[in-house]
Amino acid sequence: MKFSESWLREFVSPDLSTQELVDQLTMAGLEVDGFEPVAAEFDKVVVGEILEVNQHPDADKLVVCRVSSGDEEHQVVCGAPNARAGIKVPFALVGAVFPDLKIKKAKLRGVESHGMLCSERELGLSENHEGLMELPLDAPVGEDIRSYLDLDDSIIEVDLTPNRSDCLSMIGIARETGLMNRLDVAEAARPRVEAAIEETFPVELDAEAACPRFVGRVVRNINQQAKTPLWMQEKLRRADLRSIDPVVDVTNFVMLELGQPLHAYDLEKLSGKIVVRQSKAGEKLTLLDESEIETLEDTLLITDESGPIGMAGVMGGLSTAVTESTKHVFLEGAFFAPTAIAGRARSYGMSTDAAHRFERGVDWQGQVRALERATELLTEIAGGEPGPVTETVDESNLPSTNEVELRASRIARVLGVQIDDEEVDEILDRLGFQTTTRDENGEHKWIVSAPSHRFDIAIEADLVEEISRVYGYNNLPTRTPATSLQMSPRSETEISLNRIRDQLVSRGYYEAVTYSFVDSAMLEVLDPEKEPIGLANPLSAEMSVMRTTIWAGLLKSLIYNVNRQQNRVRLFETGLCFSQPPNQDGLSFADITQVKKLAGVVCGPRQDENWSNDQEVIDFYDVKGDLESLLALTGQPDTFEFVSATHPALHPGQCASIQKNGEIVGYVGLLDPRIQQSLDIRYPVFLFELEIDAISDKKVASSAVMSRFPEVRRDIAIIVDQIVTASALRQCIQSAADNTLQNLKLFDVYQGKGIDPTRKSIALGLTFQHASRTLTDDEINNSMDKIVASLEAEFGASLRN
Amino acid sequence: MSELEDISRKAIEAVNAATDVAALDDVRVQYLGKKGELTGLLKGLGKLPAEERPAAGAEINKAKEAVQSAITERKDSLESAAIDAQLASETIDVTLPGRNGDIGALHPVTQVLRRMEDFFISVGYSVVEGPEIEDDYHNFEALNLPAHHPARAMHDTFYFNPELLLRTHTSPVQVRVMENQQPPIRIICPGRVYRVDPPDPSHLPMFHQVEGLVVDKNISFADLKGTVVEFLRVFFEKEDLQVRFRPSYFPFTEPSAEVDVQCVHCDGAGCRVCSHTGWLEVMGSGMVHPKVLEYAGIDSEEYTGFAFGMGPDRLAMLRYGVDDLRHYLDNDLRFLRQFV
Repeated sequence: MKFSESWLREFVSPDLSTQELVDQLTMAGLEVDGFEPVAAEFDKVVVGEILEVNQHPDADKLVVCRVSSGDEEHQVVCGAPNARAGIKVPFALVGAVFPDLKIKKAKLRGVESHGMLCSERELGLSENHEGLMELPLDAPVGEDIRSYLDLDDSIIEVDLTPNRSDCLSMIGIARETGLMNRLDVAEAARPRVEAAIEETFPVELDAEAACPRFVGRVVRNINQQAKTPLWMQEKLRRADLRSIDPVVDVTNFVMLELGQPLHAYDLEKLSGKIVVRQSKAGEKLTLLDESEIETLEDTLLITDESGPIGMAGVMGGLSTAVTESTKHVFLEGAFFAPTAIAGRARSYGMSTDAAHRFERGVDWQGQVRALERATELLTEIAGGEPGPVTETVDESNLPSTNEVELRASRIARVLGVQIDDEEVDEILDRLGFQTTTRDENGEHKWIVSAPSHRFDIAIEADLVEEISRVYGYNNLPTRTPATSLQMSPRSETEISLNRIRDQLVSRGYYEAVTYSFVDSAMLEVLDPEKEPIGLANPLSAEMSVMRTTIWAGLLKSLIYNVNRQQNRVRLFETGLCFSQPPNQDGLSFADITQVKKLAGVVCGPRQDENWSNDQEVIDFYDVKGDLESLLALTGQPDTFEFVSATHPALHPGQCASIQKNGEIVGYVGLLDPRIQQSLDIRYPVFLFELEIDAISDKKVASSAVMSRFPEVRRDIAIIVDQIVTASALRQCIQSAADNTLQNLKLFDVYQGKGIDPTRKSIALGLTFQHASRTLTDDEINNSMDKIVASLEAEFGASLRN
Repeated sequence: MSELEDISRKAIEAVNAATDVAALDDVRVQYLGKKGELTGLLKGLGKLPAEERPAAGAEINKAKEAVQSAITERKDSLESAAIDAQLASETIDVTLPGRNGDIGALHPVTQVLRRMEDFFISVGYSVVEGPEIEDDYHNFEALNLPAHHPARAMHDTFYFNPELLLRTHTSPVQVRVMENQQPPIRIICPGRVYRVDPPDPSHLPMFHQVEGLVVDKNISFADLKGTVVEFLRVFFEKEDLQVRFRPSYFPFTEPSAEVDVQCVHCDGAGCRVCSHTGWLEVMGSGMVHPKVLEYAGIDSEEYTGFAFGMGPDRLAMLRYGVDDLRHYLDNDLRFLRQFV
């Protein structure tokens, strides 16, 4: 909310600079976003009157004016289209200084000019530069414009929290300012305007819980052509509201002053009686801003015999709107329950000052006062004969004044300091709260009733907050919590995510963070078998579904980097992936799978460019090695297996599933070259992804006795069919060997010259050792024979010589 | 000059003239070998009278030893010169870069998160994570934010359907912990959160939060202040960092406070980073609202608690001088390399 500082100071004027005032408001919990002067810095500008206007002899677009500054007359050359005799305008005298202009005597096209007639922009009031700023005709000629327009003022913008809607008014801000400075607030008058006529307009409440009070008043014979006084126009302008006509200006002004939104109907356009009721779905209503809406259920409406004539608490309807030809009005000041208004404007894509206030709450006792004030102002400006104030009310549905108990012990407990009872008394009093005290079971208590504008005070915690706020958060004690020195358990069987990340970082990977919502088309390509979860209100199509795989984001980051000449890319990311069961209607929380995964993308040379010319491009086994280094962290890498597999995103011949005890926990492989090409990536890309839970269990080490006896190694080379896998050979050897086989290394794979093209040669190194004695040659030969026989039997392996 | 002296002198000269081990060995054979010149002199001793022999023999042996020692010395020196030459020929350029020396880096936000976690873990907090797709109840309702509450406007929310949403803060994790655990509770909840904000230099639709929650008997606002001030001072490594608490409003805490620190960029003098106020807003905090405790089944008369929440993305900006939040999600390697 924006407001004028000088308006605030009409209510309460602490001896503080603007800066000090806004700092104080901020520290009281009314955060000030900023403030700015209402006008530019200038001096020697007075109210001038144009006495005579003549065409400039040598310039079509210029005129020569005779201008009075009260005691003197001046000749001024001017180019404004609205310059004419009889109007009063801001007049900068010779010697006036503006931020980037000094007014001197000058000759314009040969005619002398003494001073300058000003537009609003020249005074820094607005961007309006279409013509001279026309002042009211009763403006006193010669008066300094700064004092005439009250320009030594600032516009302050506060960003109020939703609980303090009582401060969405001048009177509210003034109360807070008075509270913080221990000053009395000159509350606006509480006028009673006597009825001059008998007439009333009937009102019926058909939704009493939503609208328990409707205050109305007929005012006949107003003059809508009357001009809103300058002081009111300026206050409205400084709150970002445009002056329109007396009725609209007065209702807006009272809303700013007292916080109660009001509405005015053209009395002649109302028919029958006003009924406040809930909408049915599909009712039609054209609003003041000429937008046509069709109601949802659950919208509070103001209706008359013609149908809906306003959306209660949000905006009035066009059919009964006040116009410049309106002569008689019916004023409305209602109390709408916040829950009846909250969210409604938003659900129609609207936001209005009235809805903003009603949905946060207005003073439920403030309607009569606001209507009296509006009547007073309206009749002052536009004349008219008011009828009596009519109040249609359902007391049972009105809020009531809460009595809230506040215990001295609770203050001490929550704030960590015992505040003197007298000080609490004083704070409650300054807040305008009514209190009685009671001592019960050795406990001092206050029974507090807050005034109706502080309807946010409902429970003890609300009072503790008020006490702490007025006492000053920064005056409250600060202490380091004392805790027991109990140690928190930490299992050695868990591998922290930090350890996993560090491992990849030491192998040259950079950690990435990508959006959890991705392009659905990208997911369709990378992970078509999973059912992604779509957002109802995405920011864009590229961010419309929740990722089922981190690859979608990582590939985007890879492309971003490759397009910036970064050809060697190693990125990883950890985070949740989301999916739902296929063909699911009415998704619920329990249906959703949210799994924490680790994924990586690798592209480009194995080594960073270097002098030893190792510029080979990475292959499957580089990435597999990175993964094996993670699996090694578990202390039980044997529980994992890489199994030849297929995946929609990966090359069918270079893809492995990662299995843990036979269950798939991830994939690694080469991005399908067709996808790679469609993404416009020049080099092969390897991807991996696995469930973090699968690699988070560590086997606690258990040390075995190391054999003191020599180990013996035997190397053999065998020839097998190409399709025979290393893991099949390993399994075969391990099942054929006894427990003296300590280690099995596969140290060469050869295909080519000298070997049948359908077969390959594999070199194996086998290490034997016995725990308690030296193995004999015979024993080892025996083991080797068994192994070779088994390889022959299972794979048709032959020894290569 | 005697013959012995003459041979000795020539032998020593020959030793010193030898330029390699082989030539030196030739010299040894020539003088000290079985048929060597000095050896020959020993053989000639028999021609001398018996009483002269011991003295003459001693003289010859002395000369032999002298030559032998010269040979040994020369040999050592030739050998070490050979090794030196060998080593010299093996010299490499030690200034060339080593192999496989490069490492990657953690994301800057992860680094800040880890740092934050470490501080809290060191005083007994546990780290808890939770789902990012949440239900309305845990994200709003249980936090005293019923439907249509105006404060919901501060949480522009991504929805899947009216009941399911992307969490707008990590507070629902706290709710889930309180539902399942009686006090004492001392946790922090880091993680991704989401709000409908198109990306710009100071907004992202996805960012991170760390929220803390302490519930126990006798936890007061003083404990909240102490914890927050201490954390901010250790985080920014500034013992006298000025911290202030400003009244504010969050539906799930009361009293609620915004926490500002003296601008770490200008030390409070006023600069672009702090919009010339001298202060930076870094955290929201407050005493847990009694309704929130009651919703989770914790007796709000017996227990009190405090909660706080902060944004590691923004803290990383302040700490590392990052000027645009969008860098965090571009994953530009040139950006990430700065955080090794």
